This record gives sequence, structure tokens and C-alpha cells, in this order.
Amino acid sequence: MTQNTANVLDHFNLFREPEYVEMLENKKKNFEDAHPVEKVEEIRDWTKSWEYREQNFAREALTVNPAKACQPLGAVFAAVGFEGTLPFVHGSQGCVAYYRSHFSRHFKEPSSCVSSSMTEDAAVFGGLNNMIDGLANAYAMYKPKMIAVSTTCMAEVIGDDLKGFIATAKLKGSVPEDFDVPHAHTPAFVGSHVTGYDNTMRGILTHFWEGKERTPNEKINFIGGFDGYTVGNLREVKRMFGLMGVDYTILSDNSDVWDTPADGEFRMYDGGTTLEDTKAALHAKATISMQEFSTEKTLTYTANTGQEVVALNHPVGVAATDKFLMEVARITGKPVPLALEKERGRLVDAIADSSAHIHGKKFALYGDPDLMLGLTAFLLELGAEPVHILSTNGGKEWEIKVQALLDSSPFGKACHVYANKDLWHMRSLLFTEPVDFLIGNTYGKYLERDTGTPLIRIGFPIFDRHHYHRYPVWGYQGGLNVLVWILDKIFDEMDRTTNVPAKTDFSFDIIR
Amino acid sequence: MSLTVEETKSRNQALIKEVLEVYPAKTAKNRAKHLGTFEEGKDGAKSDCGVKSNVKSVPGVMTIRGCAYAGSKGVVWGPIKDMIHISHGPVGCGQYSWAARRNYYIGTTGIDSFVTMQFTSDFQEKDIVFGGDKKLEKIMDEIEVLFPLNKGITVQSECPIGLIGDDIEAVSKKKSKEYGGKTIVPVRCEGFRGVSQSLGHHIANDTIRDFVFDKLDPNRSFQGTPYDVAIIGDYNIGGDAWSSRILLEEMGLRVIAQWSGDGSIAELENTPKAKLNVLHCYRSMNYISRHMEEKYGIPWVEYNFFGPSKIEASLREIASHFDDKIKEGAERVIAKYRALTEAVIAKYRPRLEGKTVMLFVGGLRPRHVIGAYEDLGMNVVGTGYEFGHNDDYERTNHYVKDGTLIYDDVTGYEFEKFVEKIQPDLVGSGIKEKYVFQKMGVPFRQMHSWDYSGPYHGYDGFGIFARDMDMAINNPVWGLTKAPWK
Ligand code: SF4
Ligand code: SF4
Repeated sequence: MTQNTANVLDHFNLFREPEYVEMLENKKKNFEDAHPVEKVEEIRDWTKSWEYREQNFAREALTVNPAKACQPLGAVFAAVGFEGTLPFVHGSQGCVAYYRSHFSRHFKEPSSCVSSSMTEDAAVFGGLNNMIDGLANAYAMYKPKMIAVSTTCMAEVIGDDLKGFIATAKLKGSVPEDFDVPHAHTPAFVGSHVTGYDNTMRGILTHFWEGKERTPNEKINFIGGFDGYTVGNLREVKRMFGLMGVDYTILSDNSDVWDTPADGEFRMYDGGTTLEDTKAALHAKATISMQEFSTEKTLTYTANTGQEVVALNHPVGVAATDKFLMEVARITGKPVPLALEKERGRLVDAIADSSAHIHGKKFALYGDPDLMLGLTAFLLELGAEPVHILSTNGGKEWEIKVQALLDSSPFGKACHVYANKDLWHMRSLLFTEPVDFLIGNTYGKYLERDTGTPLIRIGFPIFDRHHYHRYPVWGYQGGLNVLVWILDKIFDEMDRTTNVPAKTDFSFDIIR
Repeated sequence: MSLTVEETKSRNQALIKEVLEVYPAKTAKNRAKHLGTFEEGKDGAKSDCGVKSNVKSVPGVMTIRGCAYAGSKGVVWGPIKDMIHISHGPVGCGQYSWAARRNYYIGTTGIDSFVTMQFTSDFQEKDIVFGGDKKLEKIMDEIEVLFPLNKGITVQSECPIGLIGDDIEAVSKKKSKEYGGKTIVPVRCEGFRGVSQSLGHHIANDTIRDFVFDKLDPNRSFQGTPYDVAIIGDYNIGGDAWSSRILLEEMGLRVIAQWSGDGSIAELENTPKAKLNVLHCYRSMNYISRHMEEKYGIPWVEYNFFGPSKIEASLREIASHFDDKIKEGAERVIAKYRALTEAVIAKYRPRLEGKTVMLFVGGLRPRHVIGAYEDLGMNVVGTGYEFGHNDDYERTNHYVKDGTLIYDDVTGYEFEKFVEKIQPDLVGSGIKEKYVFQKMGVPFRQMHSWDYSGPYHGYDGFGIFARDMDMAINNPVWGLTKAPWK
């Protein structure tokens, strides 16, 4: 008898009790026809080798443990940043259940989104009726101010015509004629979630701007891109803009809808860019994107309206934030205020205090293309040495850009860039060319377990640690957060590896 | 505050009427058939709780349902640990379901076990245009090189596969032959098939029949005993199958297979030798159980390992299929754990007595967990199935009380309104619902993933279940949701 009411044993401890251990050993021995332990060990050792690495990198068809998701996820992310907007994904319903779960697991928030629930008959006849009924129901039930339509694979493969379908649905009275239903095709077999963000953003801007005359004003537009830290980051950006006195519009501000209070009320919609502001954003002087690879088409479209366009790469750290603020200052004519200059100085101070612990440490990192550029720049600034930089959804262009960044610093000399590779590739890299630390999302914990490389969780999704999305990584304050997360892991590792009494504990220092 | 049964029924009727008002006429008519109140004695034992089920979800209403792929890859096949399950198609489906279901297993991941990995063909536009069969072949070759200890492969089809006319059956057959008869299973679980996860379960069951059972080596050696059983329909979420298995073994049975949590291909192959199949999730695995009954003459029995009352009844029911040795074994197990269950109840019942619960889950749980709540003095006042069929609702009427609100394939809107009006002390549902209700100040437990706790099955699980319900309901945070100056 193992269970105990005074101290209830759950899965963490229950299955370590002897009767369970024995039971599971017998199960394996008697019924699983398992490979002999020696064989498993032999293969395990082999997977650590250079030979395995070469075969692993010779893969042409199979993807194992990728670090990317599909387009409609990005579509939903962008859509919920607009006031009262309900994302509507046209296609089969299972996908939508997945997007909602995925976001809820990361943000620990509700994630509202509807599907047109296409089934086999729609595969044959097309999904027009699903669009007509779906829009009517969603509009009646959830009283949105806007419905942003995107697509799953299914609708894309059968070639449903969104524009025509929406027009027909309006004719049939599903939603009023003047109700805003922007759309974007978001095929999952092209690009990744960052592409879906881009397509949807462009779709929404096109919906509001197309055919309108632009009369430039002094405002600027700001686009964050697909970003797991959107809650903390957008709030930080607003604070900085406030300090500068900048007149701005954040296009897709999902910082409220993904951080609603627990006060007795469920807010399906909260905050967001107003539709009025979205319309008026056409007249802005310039659009600044924090993530070039998440907004490529959007920026081309914006540039074509006559706006100046500035594309950054997820700026993290001192120099990247300097550049961001200087661009804002240049465009708006508002100088960077003393308050921000002081914050800058504090971040520099913090780096000076701590860099001895980071200097020369070797890092592997993976994630979305822009985040990789931002983090790499910061690591170089800290005197750390990136060794492997990998992005499943980063391509050739991205690779060239990262290489240029590495070439700009003596700390980037020993680093390689891996575009379109996955975490099984990363596993081989970590075994054959080990590093001190790994930076990545929650799934990096499998790499940490296999290779023993300590994981610093920065990226998307983060499922197994709470509330990091509430902290910015942008701005000088954001840089400080990233610095602290890196340091925490470094110090934890120091303590963990110096705590064996009478063996290693001479370095178990109280002051570091 | 508590209403009489008649008052509850009329309250429910009014509530249903109220939520239906929001819908356009056609949808209101449809949804009305899925909402009802259980009327005891009405329509005799065959009652389906007064609701229609297993039909298409209405577009645009925010159904909670998933798809056939989720039913096959996520539920039935995915937990088989020594096989590699390819999410065949674009990257998304496999990515979102990667390791999310907590199907615990023992094994060396990446070497001889693969459950918490995401293998995908990551379809690109050219694969859609020119077809993905060549790519699939190559994928299988690469798997053979890089994961040599895998014991088989399944191809879990995502939506595009069935739309572009790929022949995954031919590829699987060819490769199986090439690899000396290796088990390679093409599964047509494209997400647009059927109306929910449910058809995916069925399709996956059928592929086990066709590609595992029908290909069994007739000379396969297996030393059977008269006490061999297989656990069917337990996905070992948080270790559920393990805390069940231990009881069956303690009563003298020999568990020769687990379907499919912590399961292996060898165990699937063992199963036709079982003397009895014990079935937990009826919804997802009744098909294969019926098949084994017909083809191999193996009887099956449903059981319920949530809460001591149901566990006790189930142990006896299972034992009734065996001789006195096992019957005595069952009594011995029941007696052994009595002190534990009494202690759990003594500790938690006073804290939970009279509390009300609303559920909305999949599979068997909308009914199976009711007994466990009742053991703790709690009342389930509303329940519904994400993808149940008629036969699930028929089974439910043995569990629910007169006047229970029933909602099939509930929409986000309906669920929110029902909870707002009924104000239960606890809601048990999924991750998509969790935060909605917590914002409303309603205690919540995820009843798919056990909210990252578990196991909940068996006697060991009951202690955890009781603790978790207590910590949800009696969490001091619920006293803080209102600002004191308001
Ligand atoms: S890859 Fe396609 S079918 Fe899968 S979740 Fe994404 S849109 Fe849906
Ligand atoms: S119990 Fe539920 S969550 Fe489990 S398989 Fe059956 S269907 Fe699904």
C-alpha cells in the first residue's frame, strides 16, 4: 500500500515506490519484447557520435522535433490584437482546437477563436455554406466588432475563395454589409506561424486601407510581430513611447487580451487596436516592425502606401535598443529622454557587474528567425560565444543576416548558423560540439535531458514555466530581464556542480 | 438555496431557452436538440438523456471538439511507445499535439521509445502539388537509419493527404515488405473525416485490426495463463493505467497488454490471447473490443476505476468472469484498501460535502467520474460529452441524478452562460475552458490532463483526485477576486 492521506503521493513519487517499480519491470520483462539494455545503450552511444551526426544531417525528407508551427496560429495571434476581433479559421475544426490549446498553455489565458467546421461534404462541395453559417453564428453569438478570417490546410487544398465567400455571406445577410471581415489565406504548407502573422496583418491593413487616399501625418505605426513576450513587450514599448511623447498606433495590440484579470468577469475581448486607429494608421509617417521576418509582406505593402518602413530584428540588449529608440527619435523628431538614457546606463551597469560570469561561455540557441538575431546580438554584447544558432523557420536570407552579425564581433567567430533545421539536428550538434548553455523554448528540455546542456527558457512556446510572457525582453528593462534569466541559470549551475561535500564544495561560494 | 428536482428542471428549461435565443433560427433549432435535462424514468432504460449526439458541429459557434487526427494520433496510436508515429502532412497538427497529453511511459526516448517526439513530413507546397508519396518513402528510409530500434511505423494522415490523392497504403505496403514485414500502418484519420475525434478512434481501431491482428504470425509463441487480461482504453494519463494495473495484478490477474498508454506493439500482438478484455474508455476502443469478441471469442467488460464505490463494483464485476481464486483476490484487494479510502473520505469529505460540479469532457469521463465525486459528497449537476454517441448517453443515465443538465458538444457561449447561471462550486473540463472559468472566479480542474496531476484511476489515484478537488475549491485565491473597496 503506497498511498498516504497525510501526504498524498502523486505521479512524482507514487511510481517510484517499490511495488510500482517492480510492476513496471515485470511488465517490460514479460510483455514488451523490449530490446536488451545493452543494445539500447549501444544505440544511444552511437547517436552521440559524429557518424550519427552526419547521417542525421543527411536527412532530406524527415523532420523530427521542429521549432515552428503553422500559419493559422500566427493568424490568430495577429487577429486578437484588434479591438473586439474574433478570429475565424475557415477549414476543419480540429486545427482551431489546437491553436486555442496552444495559446492557453503558453499564456495561461483563454483563447477565443472559431472554426467553420468543414467536414467531408465540404471537401467535395467546398466550404461556402460553412462560411455563410459560420459568420452568421459567430456574429450573433459573440458580438464581435470584426471577424478576421484565415484558413486551415483543408480550405487551401480545395481552393476555397475567401473573398468571394465572404461577399456571398454578406449578401445572404450573415453579417451586415459594412461589417469588417478582413481575410488572409494562410496555407500551413508555406512558411510557418510567422508567415501567418504576416499574411493576416497585411490582410487586415489591406482591408482598411485599400483604395483610400493617404494624407500623411506625424504618427508612427508599430508592429511587434509574432512574439511570445507580447504582453510584457507591448506594455514596455508603450511606456517608452510615453516617455518620449511619441504619437503612435500599435497595430495588433494583444497585450490585454492575453493578460486579463481574474475579477469575476470573463473578457472574451479586451483592449486591442481600435478599428478607427487601424484605418487612420494609413496616414502614419512611418511603420516600425520589431520583426522583419514576421512582417515581410506587411512591410512591402506599407512601403507601397508611401510610408517609411523600418524593420528591426527583435531587438534585445543595449545596442539594439539604442538603434530602435534612435530610429523612433529620428522619425518623430522627439529626442530620447533622460529617463530612458538612465535606464540604458543601468543596463550597462548591470552588464558590467555580471559579465565576468558570462564572458566566454558557449551558447547554442534556436527559435524564430528574428528572435535569434536579437538574442545573438545581445550575447555578443555580453561577451558570450554563440556556437550553434538554429532556426527551423529561418531560410537562406536569415542565415546570411545572422552570419553578417557574427562576423561583426570577435565573439562570433566560432559560430555556425543552421537554417531550416530541427531539434534533432540540434541534439547532434550538442553531443558532438558541446556548449555551456542552451537557449530555447520548452521543448529544449528534451535536449537538456539528453545532452545535459542546461536550458535557459527564452522563446515560444513556454509551457512548463509560468508568467515569463508578462516580462518584456525589449527595451533596456527587457534586456535586464534577459540578462537575469541567463545569470540565474549560470549561478544555479555553479551551485549544482559545486555541492558535493568534501569533493567539490570548496567553490560553493556565498558571494559571486 | 438548494432547489427541488422540479425547480431544477424548470430552471434548466428556462436556461436552455435563454441561451438558444442568441442563435440565428436555424442554429437554435439544431442546438436545441443537444441540450436537455435528464428525466429519470422517462423512455425507460434506453434513454439517451434527451439529447442528440455525434452529428456535425455548427460552424462558427466555438465547439470544443477536435478532429479525427487527434483521435487517432493523439489518443489511440500516439501512446504506443516503441513505434514511430509520423504526423503526415504540414507541420501544425503534430506540433500542437506534441507531448501534450501526458501519456506516461517507461523507455529511452529517441532510442527505443518515441512518444514525446514529433515526427512530421512537414509538407511544403510542392508536396501538395506533386503528392507526398515519394517523400513518405524517403521518410521511412531515414527513420530506419536514424532510429533503428523502432518496432514499427504508423502514418497519421492530416487533412491534405486525403485531398491530394496520395496512396499511403501502397507506400506502407511496399516499405513493410522491403523491411522484412515490419509493421507499417497507414491511418486515414484526416481531420475532416467524421465530426470529431470519435471517427479517428474508430479508424485507428480498424487499422490495428487490419495491420496488427490480421498480420500476426500464426506461430507467434505466447505462454498464456487462465488469468490473462488486457487493459483496453486507458491512455496512462499521469500514470492512470499503472495505478489500475496494480489492482488487477493484486487480485491475481495477469495483465498482458495495455492499450495504449505505456503500450508496445508486442502487447497489442499479445491481446488476442487474453481471456478477458477490460475496457475503460468505451468510446475510443469499443470497436476493437467487439472485433476481438467476434473473431477471437474474447469477452469484454467495461469497468470504472474512479472512486472507491465504482472501483469496488468493477473489481467484483471483473472477478465474476473468473474462478474463486480471482473472486477472493478481488475481495482481498477491496479489503486491503478500505482503510485508505476511509481515510481519504474522512479527510476530504467534510471539506467538499454538498459542493456542486459541472463537467464537460470526452470519452468516458463525463459519466465515469461522477461516482468519485459522490464518494466525496459532491453532486454533479451538469455534464456533457465532447464527442459522445447515443450509447454514451445511454450509459450516462445510470450515473446522473434526476434533473441533471445535459449539453452535448457544448459551445463556448452555452457553457459560459450555464456556469454563470448555475454557479457550481467546481467546473471540470479542458485547457480551452480552464481560464474562462477561473477569470469568472469559478474553481476549475482540467479533466483531460488531470491539470498536470494524476493518476486519478484506482485507489492510489482516488487520494490524489480528492486532494486536487479540495485544492481547487478551497483555494484562498477565490476570496480575492473582488477588490475590497468595490
Ligand atoms: S497543419 Fe494544417 S491541418 Fe494541421 S493544424 Fe495546421 S492548418 Fe490544421
Ligand atoms: S478518456 Fe478522454 S481524454 Fe481520454 S481518451 Fe477517452 S477520450 Fe479522450
